[in-house]
Amino acid sequence: MNETFISDKNGYYGEFGGAFVPEMLRQNVESLRAVYYNIIESAEFKKEFNMLLRDYAGRPSPLFFANRLSNKYGAKIYLKREDLNHTGSHKINNTIGQILLAKKMGKTRIIAETGAGQHGVATATVCALMGMECVVYMGETDMVRQEPNVKRMEILGARVVPARCGNKTLKDATNEALRDWICNPENTFYIIGSVVGPHPYPDMVARFQSVISEELLTQLSVKEGNEDPDYIIACVGGGSNAAGIFYHYINRKNVKLVGVEAAGEGVNTARTAATISVGEPGIIHGCKTLLMQNEDGQITEPYSISAGLDYPGVGPLHAWLAKTGRADYLNVTDKKALTAAYELIRLEGIIPALESAHALAALGKLNFKKTDIVVVNISGRGDKDMQAYIEAKKMFK
Amino acid sequence: MNRIEKLFKTKKKNILSIYFTAGYPELNHTLSIIRELDKSGVDMIEIGIPFSDPVADGPVIQRSSEKALHNGISLTLIFEQLARVREITDLPLIFMGYLNPVFKFGFENFLHKCSETDIDGTIIPDLPVEEYRKSYESFFEKYNILNIFLISPQTPNERIGYLDSIAKGFLYMVSTTSTTGATNNFDDSQMTYFKKINNLNLKTPRLIGFGISNKVTFNQACDYSNGAIIGSAFIRSLDEDGTLPETIHRFIGQIRD
Repeated sequence: MNETFISDKNGYYGEFGGAFVPEMLRQNVESLRAVYYNIIESAEFKKEFNMLLRDYAGRPSPLFFANRLSNKYGAKIYLKREDLNHTGSHKINNTIGQILLAKKMGKTRIIAETGAGQHGVATATVCALMGMECVVYMGETDMVRQEPNVKRMEILGARVVPARCGNKTLKDATNEALRDWICNPENTFYIIGSVVGPHPYPDMVARFQSVISEELLTQLSVKEGNEDPDYIIACVGGGSNAAGIFYHYINRKNVKLVGVEAAGEGVNTARTAATISVGEPGIIHGCKTLLMQNEDGQITEPYSISAGLDYPGVGPLHAWLAKTGRADYLNVTDKKALTAAYELIRLEGIIPALESAHALAALGKLNFKKTDIVVVNISGRGDKDMQAYIEAKKMFK
Repeated sequence: MNRIEKLFKTKKKNILSIYFTAGYPELNHTLSIIRELDKSGVDMIEIGIPFSDPVADGPVIQRSSEKALHNGISLTLIFEQLARVREITDLPLIFMGYLNPVFKFGFENFLHKCSETDIDGTIIPDLPVEEYRKSYESFFEKYNILNIFLISPQTPNERIGYLDSIAKGFLYMVSTTSTTGATNNFDDSQMTYFKKINNLNLKTPRLIGFGISNKVTFNQACDYSNGAIIGSAFIRSLDEDGTLPETIHRFIGQIRD
């Protein structure tokens, strides 16, 4: 089996990827594809991108040795603290990259979709920084459960437009953003928040997020005298934080890569978002990947307590990593994620995002040796999830 | 000869093609709508295969698709409903739908069933021409089904030339940078676009779609093409007072009168 994990010129990772867009969007996607690689790999772009990551987003994000968590699981557990970035998650890495690209391409208006609101906030933030008009599509259900982020986006000057179709979550917000792009092809740049969508988005977003694993190489070699951990664990909705922390390790086969999906109420129930477990090949939002669908090819509604993981597709890179066996994909339920969040809060004094809590919950599912070095990506902080944590408090003394 | 090719060979102007969503407003209206459209004198019929996530469609077709799926429509059921469609019409019939339901059904299986059912063509907006040529063109040829390509105001001239050179049947010319939906008027930039394309003297016939809702927009479109496609406005008319035959004949009458 071909085991190249960089997409080919048509955006394929093995059988997954591509650019399945209607003719109305083709020119937008094509003009982006034609320029993105040369721009983002240019010295001038990298200089500005790296400056903003450092001075604006606050990178590098720390690598923290979690002593009490390590004692509990019998391994050396490190946390990659993406939660400490400006705006509170890894999403800012990508939005800085894409808005610089949008400016270089002469675009003046930015659109984005958001689930938990972290990508929406990160987009609204860079739009304020660059003085660009910003419209964020968000499912109406998500606007209720992640209300603080709606307010943050509005304060930052973005217009938040509710998506009212379907389950009114991330999938529906993405549909609306794509429709907006069809209607406004000239001046608008679509900042997609994950490693999903038509080529070149999955590759481009993975490249912007790869700063996470690039830093990890250095940080681990300083702390452990070895760039390679035994395990890297990250949550997967679309899969951008996982793509970012896996990136430089994909061809280092001695490092076990573990993605963690949201099982919702369980993979054997209809209320789940564990796409790699229950999905089948298909086409969603411009790319061929695994997706949750019924026997008629209608995309089914996912469910997770975590709005950021509540997506019926998954990035084509992850579909390919799963198919080739290069990465393992586990899933954890809402309840397990909440338990893991409380565990981190009480053992280490860190309140993680509900998304990141899924990655933490995988610690209990893996058998470590005492000497194993394990890195968990804490993709975001839990401020937006306080309501869920307060409601769950009675479960935890 | 395929019925689509035959139509464009015998009729050069004012071709009217009507799109409707299978399973809407009621699950079993598919054949009745086709029968009445045939009687009312339209030239071609596009049967919409509903999809959960129709990104190229505006609110009217989104809603009709959602309702049709809620009614219980599926691709399998559509084929069952159409099993004897050739007893009621000899018009060219085209399936219009998104890629995923077709992909899930199995592409060759889908075309085989199309051929059995005597469907003449498909319009699959999110199947790019490049993917079509790479993976599916041979199946279309095997079953003599025409896959119709779209061009939009964003399509560069060079690509229009390329699409024209490989197109079969007709080119579906999207009138505007917009999702589907009715408008009452074409603006100056659209008229400029229509003229520009008309002056390219393409070899393939063209139908203009998106935003055509009434006699005025239909005639404007026909001035610069071989005809036009109406979807959203027709679907909306199905909700008006009257029986299905009454509403359909009234709507087509207003366009054609």
